[in-house]
Amino acid sequence: MFGYIVRRLGLMLVTLFGISVVIFFLLRIVPGNIVDILFDAAGFVDPADKANLERELGIDQPLVFQYLHWINGLLHGDLGYSYVSEKPALQEILPRIPITARLAAFALLFSASIGIPLGVLSAVKQGSKLDYALRVVSLSGLSLPSFWLGLLILMAGVAMFGSIPIFNPNPQTLGEMFSTYCLPSLAVAFRSSALTMRITRSSMLEVLRQDYIRTARAKGASESSVNFHHALKNAILPVITVIGIEAAFLIGGLIVTETVFNVPGIARFLVEAIRWRDYPIVQNLVMLIAVVVVSANFIVDMLYAVFDPRIRYTD
Amino acid sequence: MVTINFDNELRRAGATSTHGWRRYTFLARRHVLGTVGLVIMTAFVLTALFADLICRYDPLTVDSAHALLRPSAQHWMGTDSFGRDVWARIVHGARISLAVGIGSTALGGIIGVIVGLTSGYLSGWVDLVFQRVTDILQALPLLVLALVMTAALGPSLPNVIIAIAIPLVPVVSRVIRANTLALREQPFVEAAKSIGMSETRIALRHVLPNTLAPLIVLATAQLGSTILTEASLSFLGLGIPEPYPSWGRMLSESAAEYVRTAPWLVIFPGIAISLAVFGTNLFGDALRDILDPRQRG
Repeated sequence: MFGYIVRRLGLMLVTLFGISVVIFFLLRIVPGNIVDILFDAAGFVDPADKANLERELGIDQPLVFQYLHWINGLLHGDLGYSYVSEKPALQEILPRIPITARLAAFALLFSASIGIPLGVLSAVKQGSKLDYALRVVSLSGLSLPSFWLGLLILMAGVAMFGSIPIFNPNPQTLGEMFSTYCLPSLAVAFRSSALTMRITRSSMLEVLRQDYIRTARAKGASESSVNFHHALKNAILPVITVIGIEAAFLIGGLIVTETVFNVPGIARFLVEAIRWRDYPIVQNLVMLIAVVVVSANFIVDMLYAVFDPRIRYTD
Repeated sequence: MVTINFDNELRRAGATSTHGWRRYTFLARRHVLGTVGLVIMTAFVLTALFADLICRYDPLTVDSAHALLRPSAQHWMGTDSFGRDVWARIVHGARISLAVGIGSTALGGIIGVIVGLTSGYLSGWVDLVFQRVTDILQALPLLVLALVMTAALGPSLPNVIIAIAIPLVPVVSRVIRANTLALREQPFVEAAKSIGMSETRIALRHVLPNTLAPLIVLATAQLGSTILTEASLSFLGLGIPEPYPSWGRMLSESAAEYVRTAPWLVIFPGIAISLAVFGTNLFGDALRDILDPRQRG
């Protein structure tokens, strides 16, 4: 087990190193840097000024040197400076993390509490009209773009309260809390609860065919005991995997949702930074996302061994 | 390994005849949802092909005198802030969604097959390198990778197709690699080797055709997500540039201000995206049930 963990951690480092190289160089094949954008906007270019600014930002150096400088900084907790705000990137990124994390936590909560029960229901009633209806709903969950769902929620807000909910960083009342965090996370959660439901359903169906379920029925166990005690307990493992990996991949849905709801989290920040070619912010945010995804994968694998005694990782 | 014998499958499912169009009507009755999906997809493709015949307005003509008109007999879905007909833009938008959907799925699929086949068939260090690259690409959510790619390549139709195709490569190559590894051990591959067939020929003539079923299932399943990703990219202003009518672009950020004043600008493009993706998802699900019985739920 120990050897396995060490090997996994080593592979994680290799992956993260690969991502850092890919992102760094990908961003720099873009024709035009921040200096070009700023000078384009001014309409007048003095080459000497331009060279000065490029030197100041360190983007006149060879790319390899810039890359090493970035990695060295990363390892020492220095993420560089935002080109746009000129503040340390760390100062820009840190306060936005809790906002996005809260949205993601709410979304996961909704996704699990809606997706798992409906998935069980759909599997137990396989082939019924209810199963059919639930499958269509879950498929539509995978088909509606979450930004459109967000816009529809805003539209409902206008119809019901006459106004668009405005992001409030410190919600005081329960109502403010609801419109600040729950509404945007619902727009994201619809999709991921549909995914959770589909996985729960197919995993339950797989388990319900097993011999031990027939045995449980034969010895007279009640329907609910069979479904929840015997079946769900064994079917939940793939569901945990999906939820764990979804936790990291929710960022994709959050990018558009934070934009729709004007939430100042890291997902919307990434889009803004990309538009402004604010490399220090983009590369650090992408690394942050990669670290979260890679760690989530690792944690899920470890949880597997904890939840299922049949799985033991050998060296 | 997945090998399909259609006729056997149909008989097992209770079909009385497996000839001609009867097998299709049988499948259609058995997979109602899949048939609905196929109808939606066909409508979507026809709309894209005959866009010019379907609507009388040009999707790009600006007419500021008729800006932000409500839906009416003249303009079925109203007009946008430039006075362009929304129905015409949605009909022409089908072309972009279809082009990006098929283009990026095909490109990602082809590269994925090449990588997966080489990786699984050659093993050794080639496999190791491809596996690590796959790990790297899979450590980022699809939209994040596509965003950075479009930012790097610049917004244009071919670039959006590439940006969405690259994140698909690892998804496809993983499946093809796993299949290839299993197929390599099959007696027919050994037989081909023993009669002196070259490795490349075995890979292309014997292994590749046997990975087609999972590939088709995977490609159909990915089609919907590529359409959604294009819509998201264009929504964020980093996908298809103006003035081309992309559904995502029509909903771009300014849509939030029209939520109050011009809801038709928000509702119709969203319905178009959802319907197209829903259709491909329904069809993809049915296709998986038919072609890949192991995953049948």
